[in-house]
Amino acid sequence: MVPDHLMFFIDPNRCIGCQSCVHACSECDTHKGMSMIHLEYVDRQRSVQTAPVVCMHCDSPTCAEVCPADAIKRTPDGVVQSARKPRCVACNNCVLACPFGVPKSNPGLELMMKCDMCYDRSSAGLKPMCATVCPSGALFFGTQEQVEMLRPRSEPINRFRFGRQEVATKVRMMVPRGRAPEFVDVVAAMEGRPDGAGDEPGRGDGFVPVDMLMASLYEDGGSR
Amino acid sequence: MPGGSVKAKAAAWGAAATVVLAGLIVAGSRNLAHFDAALVGYTFAVLFATFGVVYRYAMWLQRPPTALYWRKGWGLFLRRRRTGRNLVQLAGRLAGGFAFNAFIWKRNWARAAAHLLIMWGCILAAAVTFPLVFGWVHFASAPGRLDLYQAYVFGFPAQTFPVESLTGFIVFHMLVWASFLVIAGVMLAMRRRMRDHGAAAVQQFGEDFLPLILLFAISATGLMLTASYTWMEGYAYDFLAILHAATVIFTLLWMPFGKFFHIFMRPAQLGVGLYKDAGRRGEQARCRRCGEEYASRMHVEDLIEVERRLGYRYETDAAGVDHYQWICPRCRRRLPALAQATIWGDGPSAARPNE
Repeated sequence: MVPDHLMFFIDPNRCIGCQSCVHACSECDTHKGMSMIHLEYVDRQRSVQTAPVVCMHCDSPTCAEVCPADAIKRTPDGVVQSARKPRCVACNNCVLACPFGVPKSNPGLELMMKCDMCYDRSSAGLKPMCATVCPSGALFFGTQEQVEMLRPRSEPINRFRFGRQEVATKVRMMVPRGRAPEFVDVVAAMEGRPDGAGDEPGRGDGFVPVDMLMASLYEDGGSR
Repeated sequence: MPGGSVKAKAAAWGAAATVVLAGLIVAGSRNLAHFDAALVGYTFAVLFATFGVVYRYAMWLQRPPTALYWRKGWGLFLRRRRTGRNLVQLAGRLAGGFAFNAFIWKRNWARAAAHLLIMWGCILAAAVTFPLVFGWVHFASAPGRLDLYQAYVFGFPAQTFPVESLTGFIVFHMLVWASFLVIAGVMLAMRRRMRDHGAAAVQQFGEDFLPLILLFAISATGLMLTASYTWMEGYAYDFLAILHAATVIFTLLWMPFGKFFHIFMRPAQLGVGLYKDAGRRGEQARCRRCGEEYASRMHVEDLIEVERRLGYRYETDAAGVDHYQWICPRCRRRLPALAQATIWGDGPSAARPNE
C-alpha cells in the first residue's frame, strides 16, 4: 500500500525537458525496460516548453470502465494499475478514453501498459523513479507539508473538468496559492488553437509566456 | 438495464447451459449406460462450473464495452462478403496467438514458456478427462480378444489398439504426460513470481498463487495415483483417489471466480482483431484540436456511446469539439499543462466552466 501521507504532485510548468524521468521510468521493475511516462512538447512550433505526463490515478478511472475485458484494476490505495496481462485484449479503448491520454498500447505484445506510480517502489514508501530523478521539481513525491514548504506560493489541486465531466485524481497539480480554481478546466485551455487562429498575442495555445513560467518556477523556496 | 434483470438474464443463461450439458451427458453416455458412477463427483463439479462460468460470462457480456465488441465482432465476422477472408484470418490468429502464444513470447520468455506448458497440459488433460467423466468415451476389450482394446466414442466403436503397445502406453498415460507439462510450467511460473520484484508488488495469493498451487496439486496427486498402481501395488490408492478428486473438484468449483476465467474471456481478442481491421479499412477520426488522424471514426463514435451508457459526460460546448472523445491522446496530454499555465497567468477566471 502507498502510505497515506505520501502524495504525488506534478508541476508541468517547472519541466525543463531533460528527459531524466523518461530514462528513469524504464528502470522500474513493474515495466522493466519500457518507459511509461510521456514527455510532450506543449507546442513545438512556438515554444520549447515540455510537460511530463504521468497517470493521474483517477478516483473513477474511465480507462477501467471502458475496458471490455475488465483488465484494469484500482488498488485499495487508489493506484490504477496497468492492464492485467491475462485479460488485456489490446482493444485500445483505454488509450482513447483516458482524459489525460496516458495509457500506451503495445500492439506487438497485445497489451496496454501505463504508469502505475512505480508500484513496487511507492507501495514500499519509496519515490516513483521519475520523482527520484526530476531535477526541477516538476514531479514530486512526498508529504503535503514538504510540498507546502518547498512551494509556498503554490497549492495542490486534484479536480479536473473535461466538458461536463469532472474527474478527481490521486495525483495533484500545483496551482497558485490563494487563486486556485474549484477545478482545472482542461477544455478551457483549448480555446486558443495550435494554428493560432483567434489567439491573442501571448495567450496562444501551447505558448507559455516567460512571466507565467517565472511565476511558478522562482517562487520562494525555488527548486530546493 | 436494471441490476436485477441483468442477473436474472445471466442466471437463465447459466441454467440453460447446465441443462444442455446434462442432456448431452445423458445422451452421449447412452442413457448413462457408459457413465462411470465413481466419477459422479467430477460430473456435478463440472455442471456447477458450467453454471458459474456461463453466469459470469453473461454478466460480463452485458457490460457496455463488452456488449459493443461482442455485437460488432460477430457482425463483422459474419459479414457475407468477408466470411472467407475472416476464416483465414481466424485460423492465423488461432495458430499464432492461441496455439503458440506468439504475443506472450514477445512479452517475456519465462512467462510465455510457463503459459505454453500449463496451457497445453491443461488442454490435454481436459480433452482426456471430460469425455471420460461424461461417459462419452470409454474403453473395453475387443470382442473375443483380450490383447486388444477398443475405444468407444458416444457408444460407437472407434479405434482398436493392442494393450501392450506404444500406442496403448501413450494413450493410457496421457494424463501423466499432461502432468509433466503442467508441473514444468508451474515451476517456471512460481520461479518468476518469487524472483520478479515487479510481479511481487501486485500479485495476490488468490489471484496469482492459488491457481498455480491447485494445478500443482492436481498434477502431483494424479502422478501419485500412477505411482501407486504401477510400482506400489496400489498402496493408499483409495486415499489418493479421494485426494486427487478433491483437488480437481475444488479447481472446477473455483473456475468461474478466479484467474482461470481468463480462458473464457481471451477469445474476445479475436473479435477485437476483426474490429481493428475493419477500423483501419474505414474512415479515420481527426483530432478536432490538431487535425491529425488518431483512430478509426467507428471506434471513436462507439466509445462516445459506451461512455454515455456508463454515465460519463464528456460532452462539451467548446466550439467545434462536441465531445472530448474527438480530442486525440497527444492533445489530451498537452492540455492539462496548458490549463495550468493559464491558471498561473490569469487566475481562477481562466478556469471558468465553459458549460
